Amino acid sequence: MAQTADALAHLTEISSQIDAAVVLDKEGTVVAATVDDERAGRMAGAALELFRRAGEQRGQELVQLDVALEGGSVFVVRDADRLIAATTRSEPTVGLVFYDLKSCLRSIGEAPAEKPKPKPKRAPAKRRTTTTPRSRTTTRKKKDESG
Amino acid sequence: MRAGKALAVGAAVGSAAGAILLRRRARSRDRVELYFDDGSLVTVGKGDAAADRLLSPARELLAAARG
Repeated sequence: MAQTADALAHLTEISSQIDAAVVLDKEGTVVAATVDDERAGRMAGAALELFRRAGEQRGQELVQLDVALEGGSVFVVRDADRLIAATTRSEPTVGLVFYDLKSCLRSIGEAPAEKPKPKPKRAPAKRRTTTTPRSRTTTRKKKDESG
Repeated sequence: MRAGKALAVGAAVGSAAGAILLRRRARSRDRVELYFDDGSLVTVGKGDAAADRLLSPARELLAAARG
């Protein structure tokens, strides 16, 4: 949930075109939104209805849609089990908005469900101490040839 | 004096007509683009039978987002 909210916050930060966005599951339950709960609920309901009706158009599975309206545009993108719906001002850069929405959904999908257990630490390898014989520098006195 | 009045009325009528045309043009821009998993794209424009079924929840979504 917090991960999804973070992803949405990042989305609105990087995309100046997106006014509002909501992430919902396939049943229409709001997972996270950039608007208050009441508006998010209405957005989610409308997005789910729009996506459902649009999906009835063909036998193929619907992946994403955009609707250009007089006062702005509406986008809905589907991931495996989530939808993201967003609204923009009029005449947005469609490809860029789709890219940002897909990236947002992907980043939510990549979030680990639970933290992986840390690997057990290996016992530190024993340090081998090798004793190297010191090379002694000995100065031998020259034998006195005479002695 | 008369010519001035006529000019003012003409300008007013012209700007009103222009505003109506722009509004109509904007309305006619209402369209839905559907992207399917086989890579196909279907565009539903105003006037198509399916358009109203799709445009009404889209308008609802936009209105909800704007509060």
